[in-house]
Amino acid sequence: MVLAVVGMAFLVLPLAGLLVRAPWSTMPERLAEPQVLEALRLSLVTATIATAVCLVLGVPLAWLLARVSFPGRRLVRALVTIPLVLPPVVGGVALLLVLGRRGLVGQWLESAFGISLPFTTAGVVVAEAFVAMPFLVISVEGALRAADLRYEEAAATLGASRWVVFRRVTMPLIAPGIVAGAVLCWARALGEFGATITFAGNFPGRTQTMPLAVYLALETEPDAAIVLSLLLLLVSVAILAGLRDRWVTSA
Amino acid sequence: MLRRLTRWAVAAPVALALVSGLSACGSDEPGTSASASPAASSASSSALTVFAAASLTETFTELGKTFEAANPGVKVTFNFGSSATLAQQITQGAPADVFAAASPATMKTVTDASMAAAPTTFVRNKLEIAVPPDNPAKVDELKDLTDSKVKVALCAEQVPCGAAAIKALDAAGLKVTPVTLEQDVKATLTKVELGEVDAALVYKTDVLSAGGKVTGIDFPEADKAINDYPIAPLTKAPAPDLAKKFVDLVLSQQGKDVLVKAGFEAA
Repeated sequence: MVLAVVGMAFLVLPLAGLLVRAPWSTMPERLAEPQVLEALRLSLVTATIATAVCLVLGVPLAWLLARVSFPGRRLVRALVTIPLVLPPVVGGVALLLVLGRRGLVGQWLESAFGISLPFTTAGVVVAEAFVAMPFLVISVEGALRAADLRYEEAAATLGASRWVVFRRVTMPLIAPGIVAGAVLCWARALGEFGATITFAGNFPGRTQTMPLAVYLALETEPDAAIVLSLLLLLVSVAILAGLRDRWVTSA
Repeated sequence: MLRRLTRWAVAAPVALALVSGLSACGSDEPGTSASASPAASSASSSALTVFAAASLTETFTELGKTFEAANPGVKVTFNFGSSATLAQQITQGAPADVFAAASPATMKTVTDASMAAAPTTFVRNKLEIAVPPDNPAKVDELKDLTDSKVKVALCAEQVPCGAAAIKALDAAGLKVTPVTLEQDVKATLTKVELGEVDAALVYKTDVLSAGGKVTGIDFPEADKAINDYPIAPLTKAPAPDLAKKFVDLVLSQQGKDVLVKAGFEAA
């Protein structure tokens, strides 16, 4: 009990620190600056797209890891968690070395299609998806392993096709895992800093997400940084709480 | 950024060694009742902590070694980083003895908080255009950066190199649309080293420290945006005597020689 309270205080006190130091009197004018809303919009849009990308690629990957046995599966599972342990800045450098203008794949992307990812909004999505995807994969894989295979087998013996089994049986069974994974993934993408600033750079309206704006504001105006942090926090908590209510009522 | 990481990786064991060394000092004399206070006082006179702008990394590390050689038993620890961040750490009470900033504005944050008195300008730094060695966009003067096909990286205006870049471009009456506004000068340089941008405005000293990985191009408008570097001992320095001695070393002819060799201009 005591430890639980200490644990909670540890997580909540920094937030209280932000609230105490917040410059309430100048808050409205600071929030009205166009750059702030631009950064917030960019953050929300890129985090959402990154989550969608993670869902499209991550759910099949989780399924592969949970249901298909192939040589080297344990190694692949370990490799999937690399972005979790890699310092995000190093992740950003690694992305540059692969997808950058002179990178292994990037070179070819540019010469064949004229696509260059660094310094673009798409680059922000790539950096965020790279860092956030493991959260989704791990969570969905756990749900898949916990789901009872016999339901799927029963459906199959009753004549359901593989697609119908997946859609009508597997999906509802693992839905909570997918939702939890997607939420973690979105939250991680929203707060992403290191990989984004290294791979996508920092330009207002194009690649400057809220965490980048906060970092640069801290250089000259700590007060502005506090306002930006609170705004990001408030919006993300509101969105997560809103979504939760919807799931709870629909379930 | 990578550079900064490796710097931390180097700094952390140094700090650890320092701490364990101190505790060893204390445990050497278990009999004396006042063992803690002599250890503490010897610690304050044998350790010097210098907060310095990232662009001073190479030169100050060298001067730190000179200082240690001239003052046996003294250990110099550096905290290199963005001047604005360092200034904030100092005003928030970080235990530092000396602050060397890359701009008068960041030093002013510290003097305004009465944490330092009477800073001295010890060197000046000039901007250069940095391009990859093969110069893919064929840049040879400042005007070339305005071409929309040339990918340019600048420092963000919040950091000294960014403010200097804006000043130089304004003086030249040019408008450049960069692809990125980087968080510090080393990050800007890294983008050139990796070939991700065609050109960047960084300090001459950074171009020199990158060795052959980038090529520097002088441009006349740089004279309009020369950056002064102020240094000052801090008022709450744990080791005030050493702090003054270190500042003297930086201001001496010997210090000047090291800095000028690295591309700085004598103040």
